[in-house]
Amino acid sequence: MRTAVRTFQTSLRALRRNIMRSLLTCIGIVIGIAAVIAMIEIGNGVSTLTARSIASLGANNLLVLPGQAASGGVSWGQGSVMTLTPQDVDAIIRECAAVRVAAPEVRGSGQVVYGNKNWIPMQITGTTPAWLEVRNWQIDEGADFTDQDVRNSGKVCIIGQTIKRELFGNEEPIGKDIRVANVSLKVVGVLARKGANMFGGDQDDLIVAPWTTIKYRISGRNQSSNASAQSSSSGASGGVNTLNNLYPNSSVQLYPAPSDVQAADTPQPIRFTNVNSITTSARSSDEIPQAMKQITSVLRERHHLREGEADDFQIRDMTELMNTLTSTTKLIETLLIIVAGISLVVGGVGIMNIMLVSVTERTREIGLRMAVGARGAHILWQFLVEAIVLCLAGGVMGIAMGRGASLAVRMVLSWPTAVSVPAIVASVMVSATIGIIFGFYPAWKASRLDPIEALRYE
Amino acid sequence: MELIRLDNITKTYHLGELDVPVLKGITLSINRGELVALMGASGSGKSTLMNILGCLDHPTSGQYWLDGEEVSNLSSDGRARVRNKKIGFVFQNFNLLPRTSALEQVTMPLTYTHANLSESEGRERAKALLERVGLGDRMHHQPSQLSGGQQQRVAIARALINNPPLLFADEPTGNLDSKTSREVLQMFQRLNEEEGITIILVTHDSNVAATAKRAIRISDGLIEAGAFGDISQGHSLAATPAEVVRS
Repeated sequence: MRTAVRTFQTSLRALRRNIMRSLLTCIGIVIGIAAVIAMIEIGNGVSTLTARSIASLGANNLLVLPGQAASGGVSWGQGSVMTLTPQDVDAIIRECAAVRVAAPEVRGSGQVVYGNKNWIPMQITGTTPAWLEVRNWQIDEGADFTDQDVRNSGKVCIIGQTIKRELFGNEEPIGKDIRVANVSLKVVGVLARKGANMFGGDQDDLIVAPWTTIKYRISGRNQSSNASAQSSSSGASGGVNTLNNLYPNSSVQLYPAPSDVQAADTPQPIRFTNVNSITTSARSSDEIPQAMKQITSVLRERHHLREGEADDFQIRDMTELMNTLTSTTKLIETLLIIVAGISLVVGGVGIMNIMLVSVTERTREIGLRMAVGARGAHILWQFLVEAIVLCLAGGVMGIAMGRGASLAVRMVLSWPTAVSVPAIVASVMVSATIGIIFGFYPAWKASRLDPIEALRYE
Repeated sequence: MELIRLDNITKTYHLGELDVPVLKGITLSINRGELVALMGASGSGKSTLMNILGCLDHPTSGQYWLDGEEVSNLSSDGRARVRNKKIGFVFQNFNLLPRTSALEQVTMPLTYTHANLSESEGRERAKALLERVGLGDRMHHQPSQLSGGQQQRVAIARALINNPPLLFADEPTGNLDSKTSREVLQMFQRLNEEEGITIILVTHDSNVAATAKRAIRISDGLIEAGAFGDISQGHSLAATPAEVVRS
């Protein structure tokens, strides 16, 4: 033990004796480790940025769709059973920790009229204010509608850039009333331009309104009483469009009403209304599987599904986008590892080079140490410890420099770089390992010297 | 009492196909407390014999008892242990570590000693030794700040740090002027007289050898007949080296 301590001190003394050379020798490792740390931290920042921009495409989004109906082995396809309710949305927001935000979606359709212009939007969506957050969409002018509007199915909407162009031209749309399927809605906001989606569809060709408005005022009326809708063209404050008619379909009886006994035999939760789908966003791409699990368990519980019973809903994730995200991150990581490897090998060879020179230069010293009783192992350890200390010192300096570089990048470019503890731990271990690998050969060479010849060496 | 006994030691170097016998059967014994000069012209096998005596090398055949231990067949680690415990070396070119203080030079061999000596005890001992060789005021000087004689005295203190029974001096005065040579040789005499340390002076200089009580002459790989004890009669230890040199 004491011998080990003394060997260590001897190594330190030898390094101190040649402090300038020790520092210069370190530089290879310093640069290598600094590069690794800086690249990993900056790279993390870059992948965070990339992840963010890919996430803005909706990579973290999960779409909850209602299940399918089947009769006699014939499936009716997606959405043929309406099982999702606005209360499901509330429950998801309340109970799923991995879900950042969730919003219901109700789809409508129809003609939009303003003044002497008309247009049929690709999409009329009824939802809550949270929807913009899920879609990562900003308001360009005006403001979003409010929760208050959702509660009392306010006659407001926000429109996409395409609608603005087609209906208003150069006119200012905020505050104007447009008529959507003959229901007058006030434009409170204009969405920012989003452009085409991945398949070329124009995403800006849409109208977003409170889901209650779409459900009860627009599509509901379309289904139940087309005739009355067309008749009451004034729309805006007509009796037809109030909340009095809470169940627009109640007039149409497709099936005989269940008797009281039937109702008592098959108790069912009272379901006020359905939504077409629920769109949610996970907190991060890593939490997507967790979010899916939590949504499944919440919905199964709410829908009273027994063990073994199939889900009456489906959850879709954006696998394609996710794959892009992971492959991008992987690419960045691989590049970093290659750069790190090369610079560390270069640094290691530098250390080996200097250690070989040092062994040659100190042949007499080695001979002397052997003459006074140093064994081969002592000499081996002395030089090995020197190499390891050099590498570790280089590693520590490199970590400091790399941190400095990443802080500088953070200050100047305001990229979100972050301290990477695994990278720091790994670089310390890697530099020690490099010290051992590249220090071993010179140390072994020193330990194999013949004391007689070493003493005579000039 | 015998400290060293060599029994028919031979050493043969193999240079490719050629066998070069350097030592051809050396038998000798050296008692404790002796001050012996090992002499011989260059090429006589003197250095080879010194390497074997100093446990730096092993003989091709024969036996070597050092302090009651058969050392001719030890491994290199075993020889390192013997060197550390039983032998001190003083070299012609001092072999001090560059840019290292005298005190650290002297404590250096303790690095490889398993004796139970703490750091501070080691330093105390090194200080005592440096004072004894007359360098009490130069403990923190580096070799470049010391004269040749002072450097050799640091080397002597270093050789004594582990209290070895045997001290080897390989041409200890080869790089010194005559005045400092005298001082260094006096120091050997004093160590031999006062401490009872067995000293082997390896030299080709008969004036240096005259310091010793006994000379062993090597020529052509063998000990010269009648070489024992023929130069040192009459030299009292009080005799100054100056007289020795003149004689």
